[in-house]
Amino acid sequence: MATATSALIPSAEIAAKAGRVEGFWGSALRQLTRNKLAVISAVFIIVLGVSAIIVPEIYPRTYAEQNYDAITQGPSREYPMGTDQLGRDIFIRLIFGARISLTVGLVVQAVILLIGVPAGLAAGFFGGKVDTVIMRIVDILYAMPSLLFVIIIMTYLRGTLNSNPGGFWEYISKIDKATGGLVGVYIGLGLIGWLTVSRIVRANTLSLKSQDFSTAAESLGASRGRIMFRHLLPNTIAPIVVATTLGIPSAILSESGISFLGLGVIPPMPSWGLMISESIVSMRSHPYMLIFPAMAISLTVLAFNFLGDGLRDALDPWMKR
Amino acid sequence: MLIPTLLVIYTLTFVLIHATPGGPWSQGDKPVPPLVLKRLNAAYGLDKPLWRQYTDYLWNVLHGDFGPSFTSRSRTVTDIIKDTFPISLQLGIVAMMLAVFAGITLGVIAAINHNRTTDYVCGFISIAGISTPSYVVVSLLVLLLSSQLHLVPTGGWNGITDTRVIIPAVALALYPAAVLARYTRSSMLDVLSADYVRTARAKGLNETVVITRHAIRNALLPVVTVGAIILADVVTGSFYVETIYQVPGIGRYFVESITSRDYPVILGTVLLFGALVSVMNLIVDILYPLLDPRMSN
Repeated sequence: MATATSALIPSAEIAAKAGRVEGFWGSALRQLTRNKLAVISAVFIIVLGVSAIIVPEIYPRTYAEQNYDAITQGPSREYPMGTDQLGRDIFIRLIFGARISLTVGLVVQAVILLIGVPAGLAAGFFGGKVDTVIMRIVDILYAMPSLLFVIIIMTYLRGTLNSNPGGFWEYISKIDKATGGLVGVYIGLGLIGWLTVSRIVRANTLSLKSQDFSTAAESLGASRGRIMFRHLLPNTIAPIVVATTLGIPSAILSESGISFLGLGVIPPMPSWGLMISESIVSMRSHPYMLIFPAMAISLTVLAFNFLGDGLRDALDPWMKR
Repeated sequence: MLIPTLLVIYTLTFVLIHATPGGPWSQGDKPVPPLVLKRLNAAYGLDKPLWRQYTDYLWNVLHGDFGPSFTSRSRTVTDIIKDTFPISLQLGIVAMMLAVFAGITLGVIAAINHNRTTDYVCGFISIAGISTPSYVVVSLLVLLLSSQLHLVPTGGWNGITDTRVIIPAVALALYPAAVLARYTRSSMLDVLSADYVRTARAKGLNETVVITRHAIRNALLPVVTVGAIILADVVTGSFYVETIYQVPGIGRYFVESITSRDYPVILGTVLLFGALVSVMNLIVDILYPLLDPRMSN
């Protein structure tokens, strides 16, 4: 999301100031703002993101604080969403869960872009053997049962970190502690998730490479690197933005699923998936404990999906329906 | 492609699980005495050099033997797969049939009512289906159907004819149904603007015949591709549902085997699922030109 707006707004502003004819990004932004669902979703995501950053700093309680006098209380003025079996405030746990989920969404997408974009660009641009090798790797990884693979990587990383190997691992270990033990999830989901992006970038590069403007750049003596990064890549940004936005919800769902199975975030750090699994035992007597995190996941994922669909309609003039 | 793919999957998994510190016997509360540990390792061939374990296991798998399970010591992995995989497969197929029926219906209705309220409602349903994880759906269904209305039991498995199949199948079906609905809708919209549909209408066929005989049959072609791949996803991704609803399928076993470092079970499951996904992809590649003669040249 952050990447999408920051990429969209500046060019629109520049276009407006310069009084020029509205460019590609400007018209895309106008398209997007006409889509009510996409706008509502964007607002929801921004509010969620801002409160995930600010609320934990000003809220009187933390996610791990237990109050044994207030166990499994329903929503009240003091506890807006009630408390769980250990007397912890569900509201602040939910907000912390938002931190976890949004971080997972963004970091995993960053890993995916770091691997997928260069791979796709290289495969499409160089063709031949490079293309064959990269696409073979993509084909093989597509057959990997992805969730199983993520869980295996996760377990490997956690086992390695727990045995205190020192050196370089120290840094990873620090990051891992700060994120509640999710570095394995970032890496696992990133390693398995770049396939789609690389395919999109490759297909786009292939079709752009044969167009007149790249031939022109080549005949003017532009270097390969310049053609790749100044001419081909910018023209591929739109599908990458769409794929990234639509990839965030699936990363969020995977993380919450892994945490739900008890293999993800390390308690007492909350994750929406973990909160749901903790509440399932008592869902008959205290349904609110299940409803709030379930709604948080569904609404967040829904918002990213709506926004991604809106972006696709706005950025791809040929996909309009 | 199938064999090299499986070989890479096997090698990656093997390296990762053996690189993970701790072994299958160090997961309990009490440490195992050194002598017992030595005997256990010797009995399961874990004292051999790693490359030897790698080739031994590969050799056995090629002969249909997935090795002994470390945790359920009286059973082999082949036994476990034989007991649990059919259950996951049955559940997956029932879910898939539900998903195909619901998804295609929803997609066709949405496309026929393009840009009208019905279309938006169908679109909202399918995007909500994509956004709700299956474990939330199971929990909510249990809460509603079992606890409130007492229509079905709260968990278990008794074959696909028992009412217990309803909740896990519906929960598993929701996501693929939503995806299929979206594909069907966009494919249907393509077809509805094609010349042969206009011809069919122009020669005076009524709308029902045009839709069912001319449009849907062509619109479903791309859906087949997605469908086969989703089926593999559904069968391999059923472990949330199996864990919550206590279905004794293979997904539950996998989760347990990871935490207990049951190497043969992990390798067996990953290989089985990898083979399933590859075979599904292969079937699509073979089936597609047969269904759509335009693709064969």
